[in-house]
Amino acid sequence: MPSLHYEYQVSGDDFTRAGEASSDIKNKLKQMGVSPSAVRKAAIAIYEGEINMVIHAGGGAISVEILPDQIAMELIDHGPGIADIGLAMQEGYSTAPDAVRSLGFGAGMGLPNMKKYSDEMTITSRVGEGTTVSMVVRFE
Amino acid sequence: MKIQELIDKTRFTVINAGSDTGRNISKPYCCDLLSIAMSSAPADGIWFTVMANLNTLAVAALTDTACVVLCQNTALDENALKKARTEGITVLATELPVFDAALLAYEQLNAADASIPADESQTCRNPETTCDA
Repeated sequence: MPSLHYEYQVSGDDFTRAGEASSDIKNKLKQMGVSPSAVRKAAIAIYEGEINMVIHAGGGAISVEILPDQIAMELIDHGPGIADIGLAMQEGYSTAPDAVRSLGFGAGMGLPNMKKYSDEMTITSRVGEGTTVSMVVRFE
Repeated sequence: MKIQELIDKTRFTVINAGSDTGRNISKPYCCDLLSIAMSSAPADGIWFTVMANLNTLAVAALTDTACVVLCQNTALDENALKKARTEGITVLATELPVFDAALLAYEQLNAADASIPADESQTCRNPETTCDA
């Protein structure tokens, strides 16, 4: 199988559309016969990324490459950046506003969940410039 | 137990029947924080929550939740209901609080398991043995 490449735009402050990329990728992986647990891992990892972009970065772009044995995802935003990545990776640490918490998010689980559900994850961020998160989920 | 059997036994109100009421339910799950539900909701679970919004349905779909039960008369708005319909997600409702509703479902799930002959049951009841089912 050749590699497949998909691009998605995530619009900022639009919670109603967050989940479109993850939902689409989930369906594609399912159709390809990827194992349900790997599909779930990839879908959750991307959805958390989408939500983060909506909450913190005013949107962003997602680039996905599907190979026979893995899916590689790159999430790029031009938001405020993360000053202390170690702190942001701690479960329960959150800078989300109250309006977001009232929707059921902002529990400080976004990045930890992305780490938990991906097999590889790297974050590069510059304050004032933006953040790039790269994740890989391998198909068992 | 299948979703339809649970509906019949519990009399939860059907908000959206969903695309597959013949689907088997694994276990009840209770949580109102979507970020936590995202990481912990069991596949094929029945999820009890008072968080009734569009994102609840997105999380349900992504975690392969079998059925969402909105407790204490919380209701979906029009957009969320539309999403439930397009995604084929089963959404039920009850006036019961989360614990009471989940307990009711738990009792029904256990009763259904008990009625299956032991060699056919996939539920592990003996805490001293491990169960791979």
